[in-house]
Parts: sequence; structure tokens; C-alpha cells
Amino acid sequence: MANHNKPEEAPDTGHVWDGIRELTNDPPKWWTVTFYLSLLWVVVYFVLYPSIPLVNGPMTGILGWTSIKEYKAAVEKADNLRAPYVDKLEKMSAQEILADQEMLNFANSYTNAIYGDYCAACHGANGQGAEGRFPSLLDDDWLYGGSVDLIQETVTYGREGMMPAFKGEISDAQIAQLADMVIGLSQGNQGDAASWALYEEAGCGMCHADNAKGDVDAGSANLTDSVWRFGSSRDDVIRTISSGVNQEDVEGTHNAIMPSFEGRLTENDIKLVTVRVWSFGGGQQ
Amino acid sequence: MDQKKAQIDESNVQELYDELAQWHINTGGQTIHAKRMPGKFRTLKWITMSTWLVFFLGPYLRWDGQQAVLFDIPNRQFHLFAITVHPQDVWMLSLVLILMAMVLFGVTAIAGRVFCGYFCFQTIWTDVFTWIEEKIEGLPAQRRKLDKTSLNFDKAKKKIIKHSIWLAISVLTGITFAAYFTDAFQLWVDYFTLQANMVAYIVLGLFILGTYFLAGYLREQTCFWLCPYARIQGVMYDKDTILPTYDAQRGEPRGKLKSNSNTGDCIDCHMCVAVCPTGVDIRQGQQEGCITCGLCIDACDNIMEKIDRPKGLVRYASIKEIRGGHLKPLLKRPRVIVYSSIIIAAFAGVFYGLVNIAAIEWHILHQRQPLYIMMSDGSVQNKYTFKILNKSKEDITARITAQGIEGATLTGIADTLELKADKLVPFNVYVRTNPTQLPEEHTPITFVLQNINQPEMVFKEKSVMVRPPR
Repeated sequence: MANHNKPEEAPDTGHVWDGIRELTNDPPKWWTVTFYLSLLWVVVYFVLYPSIPLVNGPMTGILGWTSIKEYKAAVEKADNLRAPYVDKLEKMSAQEILADQEMLNFANSYTNAIYGDYCAACHGANGQGAEGRFPSLLDDDWLYGGSVDLIQETVTYGREGMMPAFKGEISDAQIAQLADMVIGLSQGNQGDAASWALYEEAGCGMCHADNAKGDVDAGSANLTDSVWRFGSSRDDVIRTISSGVNQEDVEGTHNAIMPSFEGRLTENDIKLVTVRVWSFGGGQQ
Repeated sequence: MDQKKAQIDESNVQELYDELAQWHINTGGQTIHAKRMPGKFRTLKWITMSTWLVFFLGPYLRWDGQQAVLFDIPNRQFHLFAITVHPQDVWMLSLVLILMAMVLFGVTAIAGRVFCGYFCFQTIWTDVFTWIEEKIEGLPAQRRKLDKTSLNFDKAKKKIIKHSIWLAISVLTGITFAAYFTDAFQLWVDYFTLQANMVAYIVLGLFILGTYFLAGYLREQTCFWLCPYARIQGVMYDKDTILPTYDAQRGEPRGKLKSNSNTGDCIDCHMCVAVCPTGVDIRQGQQEGCITCGLCIDACDNIMEKIDRPKGLVRYASIKEIRGGHLKPLLKRPRVIVYSSIIIAAFAGVFYGLVNIAAIEWHILHQRQPLYIMMSDGSVQNKYTFKILNKSKEDITARITAQGIEGATLTGIADTLELKADKLVPFNVYVRTNPTQLPEEHTPITFVLQNINQPEMVFKEKSVMVRPPR
């Protein structure tokens, strides 16, 4: 430091280029101090934290710090924060949760992981399903009922519907006539008498009811609304009537099985998933 | 190559060394013990310094039963008397910063480093520290002597008292700063019962270290080598900027006071150097070390009075004035016009922002996947997430309705919503209508949020409703 203002007095290496001497001033004191402090910090760090890898694992350091421990502590902290809400959810019924905006928000966040793990593979990340394959949970058309209790029943025990294949039972022309008729019903037409007669003769009404509005207890579809479980085009409808649903050894039949989650999810988790599905926008009283 | 090198005239290089030898800037090798002399600018400095008392008293002001100025970082709120600023209003902060920068630039263009000389915490804390030093260790000469003597009981006593007071001021500074971020009274209790947050102790530690080291030891070196403002002063000055200036025409040639000499008015008494807190010689002209505090003017005027010569050998003047010119009127200087226009614009923006802080800030997110849902009766349903932040201090009961689409019905939320104070809550909302009501695939829809208890409080947000292509 002392020679910075008096270069002519500073010691040099004896090297001169273009008349400029190379000085040998000491490095600044602050720099030297910082340098030695950082050396000291190396020692402190080695003592405190995991450092040298040895044969039986690394030196652990006296703090015992690991990134896994840090992660677990963070998870525990988050769990403790959530605990009062989680406890409250467990005590509330599905209806109570749906009536409480704050708890509903919490429940819908809480079930992100459960829904993503168990439901989203078929029903889609937002419950949109896949047309003709997996049903949408967003609309208000429910084969087995859209009340909280019935949704909970569906999730708990699963569902497996059945529709016989009519190919061979009735002629292709009759199948086409029935298809045209039900497509017309879904668009608000009434259907002609001959078609209604064929509907009854073929036995459609035994499941889908005489007025074709379906039956929640049997899980049969409402043929007069505009939501189609297995596709709304004429070809789709003809295929459904021809090959049925869940028919063994019938080519082109629809496979439609909702698995049971009893035992796979706790009762509480099923309740919360029910709340989520009900509040997707199509829940019914 | 070697030949070419040899041709370089060594006398050219020698000039560099000569210049450097003349360049007496203290790089910290010596401690500056500036003399204190009373005067106009010394008094002014005490007055401007006292504005910092506001900083020390600020945290204890109350407003409406709350701390008046509180930067509540955990809750992400900034309380300023009656106003609460949320992160959503942070654009105002950038305007405030622009405003402050432009005031600094504008003042610098007109009157130089007024901030450095009269308001800067570095200058002021250093001034207070050296004032304490003088009260304990005596005048500059005595201090220099004391520094040279070997340690004895008297020296140790003086040093211990001085450093204790310095540390006490540093602690007070640190606690005061931290008190702006949490309840001030509780913080004092927490600090001394060792209950305070770790962050609070770290802040306090940094402030003690910073204050003690910067004001006690680094002092004018901070202005020379750390402060960026000192580095850019050159580009902010012009020939009309007034600065403490030595009137060389009057002063030179300087020389010792003798009855029969024909020297200038400067009697080379070095008083201006002795009083300078940064240790520069103002007679060398404008320079990096000059913080324009005016203490050299006080000193010189004192001397001029004693030897019965007119005051003002060193005075606030622009280069133009010293050369016999006149100052340009303020409003004819381009810098002043530009700076003040920006200041006015920024101030207007902040004023508008503070007056119009909305009680509610909300955003509407239309669901992306799926864009729409067909319902069993042939109607189309869209899902929206309303993120509603109530920024006011009271709960708000609100009703949300949709405008712009005939027969659109809202479901998913209760008829009236309870919006809790200072909370952001998401709501899932479903809007359902007959597709025949939607002329476009994307039809605009406006949501209206109305405070039931204050019907004039209405907030509108636009979104779209999507239907399948026909």
C-alpha cells in the first residue's frame, strides 16, 4: 500500500519494457486477508459438511447435513402446514366440503396428485375423457347418476356395463333404421311409429326404457340427449348397436370397465376424489 | 521490433511518472483528520443532516393502530400511512425509482453533488463519527499525536470509549433499518431477549459491520472508490453547474502573507485542505474527491475576514461564472428541461397509481383443455378460473354476473361471494348457454364483480366463450 503513490520508490523485478518498470508491490492487504479467510473457510467447511469420499461412504461432517434430510425437513414442514386442513377435510362430508368454498379449493388442490395418479390416465388431466373411449366427467350426462352418493359409489365399487350385440339378431337394414332413429331423437325429433315399433320389438326398451331416456339403475344411456358415450356419428352408432358393449368374442365391441378403487384408495381419498369429480361442472343434486 | 522499441522517447514516459507524482490522492494510507471550523455551510450541513432523524423516528409512528411505514415482506404488503401497496402495484415502485434518480440527476446538473455533501448517509455518518472522535480524542493535531503514541492507559481509555459509541450508533442504525420490516417495538424486545428471527440478526450484523467499518474506517475512501455516483458526476456536470470553486484569477499567484508582496489573495494557508473531509485541495479544481460540502468555503471566508480581504475566494460558482460569464436561466438548459419533464411524468404516474389503487384485482383464466363442454341438453359450457385478490382491509361481499351473451348462466359459485381481506382466492366458475346465442366460435363475454354493500364498486373483466365450430 505504502508505495502506491510513489512508484519511483517501489521495488521492481529489474524488468523494463518501453521504459515501464515491473514493480513488486505486495498484493493489497484486503485481498491477502480475504484469501487466507477463504482458506480457513475450506477447513471449516470440511469439518461441518460432507467432504472427502472414502471407501465406506464420504466423511459426513459434524452437522450431519444431507440434501435428503433437507428435503424431508421441507416435506415435514409442508405437512405440518397442511395438517389442520387435512384433518378438517377428513371430518367433513362431501356435501359439507362442496358448500365451503375455502375447503373446496383446498380439497381440489389436495387431490391433484391422487387424481393424476389414479384417474387421469383414462379420464384426462381435466376430466375431459377421450371421445368414444373414456367418458368425460365434465358434462351433466351420467350413466350411473351424477349425485355425490352415486359418484362415490361408482368410484368405490367400479362399473361394468353391458349391451348385447345385435348383429345377426336383426338385419343390417333394421340396425341402420334404429341408428337413424336415435340420432334423430338426440336432435329433438320424435321418431316415426315404424321405428318405435322396431325399437320395442328388438327389446331396446328393456334397458333404455320405453321412452328411450335410459335408466340410471341399469347404467343404460339416455338416447334422447346430445351426449354420446361411444361416438355420435352414424357409423359409431351402427357399430355400437351391432357389436354391443363388453361382449365376449364379438369383434368391434366396446370395452368399458371402470375399475373399483375400494382398498386402493382410502375412504377419505375416495370422498375427496368424488368432490373433485362432482365439482368438475356436471355434478347433480 | 527491438529497434523500434528503443526509438521510443523516454522523456514522454517520464511525464507520466511526473504527473503521477503530483497526484496526491489519499488511497487510505493516511487517516484524514479534518479540522472543524464554524460557518454558513457548516450550519447548513447540521440542518440537512438532521433530516435523517426522520429515519430513526419513522418506525415508531403509528397510523390507524398500525405501524405507519412497514415493509411487510412475509405478507407481501407495503404499508405507507393510509395506503397499502401490494406486489401487483409494484410498477409504481419503478416510477418512484425513476423519480428519485431524475431528482438526483437534475440537482447534480444544477448544483453539483448536493446529495453527497449534505444528505448522503456516508457523509453524515462519517461526520458524526469524526465529531465524536474529536470530542473524545481532541483536535486533529492531538489525534495525530495520539495515533503515534504507544498504547497506554489514557489512549486505551479514549479508544475504548470512542469505539463503544461508534458501535452503539451502528447498532441503533441496524435496529432502525430492520424495524421498517417488522413491528418496531416488538423487534427491540426480540433483539434483546434473543427471540428475533435469524434474518433480523443477519441484517443487524451486516448493518453494524457496514456502519462501523464504512463510517469509522473507510470514510472518504468510500466516496473515492466504492460509490458509483462519484464516478459518473463528470457526465452530469456542465459549464453552468455551480460547485465550490477556487477563483484562481484572484488567488494566484499564491504566497505567504507579507506586507510588501504582489501575490494574489490566496495566502497559501492550507485551511481549505485542512477542513476538507475527503482531504482534497480545492485549488486544483473540480475533482473526484470533492463532495461539494462547502466546508472549504467556510474556512476560506474565515481567513479572508481575518486578513481583511473580500470573502469568496473559494465560492459556489460555475466554470462560466468564474470566467466572467453569466449563468444560463434554468429553463433554457436542455438537461433541466429533460430531467424535469421526466420527473413530472413519473410523479404524475405515481400520483395516479396511489389515488387509483383498486380494492380488487382479479384475473380470469379460460380453461384450455377442453375449451368447451357439450351438455346433455345441447347447451355448451365453458369453465373459467377466477383468481380474485381482495387488496382492501375489509372483507367484501360480492356478486358476479356475466354480460354480453343472452341467457348465459353462471354455476359453480354461490350467489354471493365472501372475499376475505388481503386474500387471493381462486373460484371455478361454469358458464352455460345455448350455442345459438354464440355468433362466433370465440364470443366476447364480460364478467362484472359488484360489491353488494357498495354498489358503486364495480370491476369488469373481459374473456371469451368458446363453442364448437358449426
